[in-house]
Amino acid sequence: MIANYLPLIVDGLADAALIFFVAVGLTLVFSVVRILNVAHGSFYAFGAYLSVVIGTIFAGRGWPLLSLTALVISPLLVALAFGPLIERTLLRWTYGRPEALQILVTFGLFLVLEDLQKLVFGVQPYSQDLPMQLLGTSRIGGIVYLNYQLLLIVLALVVGVSLRLLLKKSRIGKSISAVVADEELARTIGIDAPRVFMLAFSVGVFLAALGGALASPTIGVAPGLGAEIIVLAFAVAAIGGLGQIEGAALASILIGFTRVAAIYFAPEFQPVVPYLVMVAVLIVRPYGLFGSIGLRRI
Amino acid sequence: MNPILAVRDLRITFGGVVAANGIELDIYPHELVAVIGPNGSGKTTFLNLCTGYIHPASGSVTFEGKPITELPPRTITRRGIARAFQIPQLFAGHSVLECVMLAVAARHGIWDAWRPLARRGYRHEAHEILDLLTLGAVADRLTATLPEGLRKLADIAIAMALKPRLLLLDEPTSGVSTAEKIPLMDTIVGVLRAEKITALFVEHDMDVVERYADRVLVWDSGRVAAAGRPHEVLHSADVLERIIGVG
Amino acid sequence: MVVRYIVILAVVAALLPIAVPWLGFVFTLAVGIGLAALGVAMLLRGGLISIGHALYFAVGAYAVAFLMRDAGVHDLLVLFAGATIITAAVGFLVGAFMVRYRAIFFAMLNLAISMVFFTLLSKLYYVTGGTDGLAVATPTVLGMQLSRGAFDVVMQNAALILMVAAALLIDRYLKSPLGEALGAIHTNEVRLEYLGVSARGVIWAAYTVSAGLAGLGGAITAVTIGHVVPELSYWTVSGQLVLVAVLGGIGGVPGAFIGAFFLELVRTFAVGIAGEVWNAIIGISLLIVIFFLPEGLYGLIQRLERRRTNPK
Repeated sequence: MIANYLPLIVDGLADAALIFFVAVGLTLVFSVVRILNVAHGSFYAFGAYLSVVIGTIFAGRGWPLLSLTALVISPLLVALAFGPLIERTLLRWTYGRPEALQILVTFGLFLVLEDLQKLVFGVQPYSQDLPMQLLGTSRIGGIVYLNYQLLLIVLALVVGVSLRLLLKKSRIGKSISAVVADEELARTIGIDAPRVFMLAFSVGVFLAALGGALASPTIGVAPGLGAEIIVLAFAVAAIGGLGQIEGAALASILIGFTRVAAIYFAPEFQPVVPYLVMVAVLIVRPYGLFGSIGLRRI
Repeated sequence: MNPILAVRDLRITFGGVVAANGIELDIYPHELVAVIGPNGSGKTTFLNLCTGYIHPASGSVTFEGKPITELPPRTITRRGIARAFQIPQLFAGHSVLECVMLAVAARHGIWDAWRPLARRGYRHEAHEILDLLTLGAVADRLTATLPEGLRKLADIAIAMALKPRLLLLDEPTSGVSTAEKIPLMDTIVGVLRAEKITALFVEHDMDVVERYADRVLVWDSGRVAAAGRPHEVLHSADVLERIIGVG
Repeated sequence: MVVRYIVILAVVAALLPIAVPWLGFVFTLAVGIGLAALGVAMLLRGGLISIGHALYFAVGAYAVAFLMRDAGVHDLLVLFAGATIITAAVGFLVGAFMVRYRAIFFAMLNLAISMVFFTLLSKLYYVTGGTDGLAVATPTVLGMQLSRGAFDVVMQNAALILMVAAALLIDRYLKSPLGEALGAIHTNEVRLEYLGVSARGVIWAAYTVSAGLAGLGGAITAVTIGHVVPELSYWTVSGQLVLVAVLGGIGGVPGAFIGAFFLELVRTFAVGIAGEVWNAIIGISLLIVIFFLPEGLYGLIQRLERRRTNPK
């Protein structure tokens, strides 16, 4: 019985995985740095574009297998290039200022990055599905599955669990939790809060770019990619509860499945689904599934 | 005479703490009643219950003969009860006059999108109230720039602008220096008597209580433990032990 | 004071296009954006940030298209009145539950609804024309069918009159008890409730009015461009409206229009000179204003005025 639904489940989980990377990055940054970063989608787009470019370079040079590494190199480069720089300059100035102002600063950043992306990568759409092809397919129970999808699901689990462990067990993680709980107190016991912010933000950028890189073989890249994904990431983060990692995971799964179900049964309305779910959830639980006012734990 | 405020068996618990444990009392028109008791005995909870900020698990509050137990603050305010807060609740970024004018406008009807708030009639009324409370000189100053004593008065001015029949004051002299307390209370009580406003005030300063209250209610563990005239209550050994721990 | 700035703006916008004709088109569009941004600015007064106001902009625009296509309405004034009323009605309905939310949740819910509308507009091809959108024919004015050129001039002047009228009316609103109460919600909502005022009621009223404003702005846009597309409801348009409101300054009514004029002028000039970077220019302008001019361009103008009359 379940076997009949296995393709749908795999599709749903793979979709959820791609959403998860972006959403968890957004929610992580929100919980630590307290800013809803509109430009988060731009990092996703840069991750995707860079991955396509690097992958294509490797393929062109006759090293197709290395295009797989592009999926990881690209987000690292994006995070290193943008993370510390943006946090140190733009964001640092906005700390303590009204929320509306902070969102606007990131919106301004988004506008700048949109054009930067067009200048660097041009306006033509590209695709590079080599990584997906390389991994091939598997046959389970008579149905063919893309190994790439399975990889996405595994990676999402790895990322989710690693983040949880990192935040709970590692020293850096505990510093982050301390800053989230009470910044002033954390500073007085010697935690380098500015460094924590920079690190958390950079991890967020990495996760967004990773999401983009991993998505690029399946959807290709074109201008407007960042704008599309950010509003979806917002929706997912809001559904899960802003600042809640488990919430982001659950919300991603919820949206992944409803989107895929929509594709199977009512494809025309697939894009509406996340926003309808968001409206529905927010009406019943205004702070999201796991969120609550004042509660900003990670 | 019928009580203006009648409270019967008011109860509420917050996560294991019994904040109201069967409160019963009557307040009569034109009285000045002091509420005293140790910290945590539920005095502010009582004010919250009377003004609809929270609703009791059981019991009733009746104002001028009509039940107000389940009503929200804005409805209770419109019925004639006004409240001044322990930490003055003013509108930041506005002047004292603007705050009071807003209260005046609220009383006359806020649903006016055409005529200006700062119209002559409202200004006049607001100035009158400010003058009564000796705030005339600071009318145009931003609330954020006022010292604590004047912030308290401003908070009370806003409440009085609503022309209430019952005024609830939460620690009117807290945060005010000893030298300022008597002049402050003289002003407030003077206006209350002149305007025939019934008032209930939570107080920690026993001198203030003795000097101004007609009646005293002693709070302990969420209920009224003793009641009577100030000189009776404040010199009773039992009460002294409860609230001051002397004995 | 406010009247003065608005009239100056209107006079400039009326006279300049005589010298530079295509500016008329730009200014008309700017008025449309300005009206919608004014709606956003009103809500910002109450501490509420709507990042989904493009919804009402699009409703107004599509209302014009539908009224023309399905209801046979062609008169300009009727179209404007109809679009404004329809959008205000939608705002009234949405506002009914929207007023329970504050801060980021208010923002997100507005965003979500605008994106639902965007997707519906994109997908319901047979009703809305899908991603192609709908054409909007030239409306008649007082019963007369004008040439496009003549209509554009009429439209320009109509836009300026609407701008002045809206500015004056909303200025009155914000200085009235209902408007001042809106500002009080932002500073101390509990105290306002303790004044006997329903905060939700005050917000609901402002929300409905702000929706109507955005609807009128969308209607102006629809008629000026002659075409409506789903992108009018996209979140980036909402972002631009907030941007315009903040850029211009929310301290006063002229701010929204100053910001809108600035945006449209930059957009026009940038596209001509460096088309690929106009987004970035707007973004950087926004950042400059946020960092150095927190009261927006209007605040700057006011400060200069004060210094001029009070050289201390």
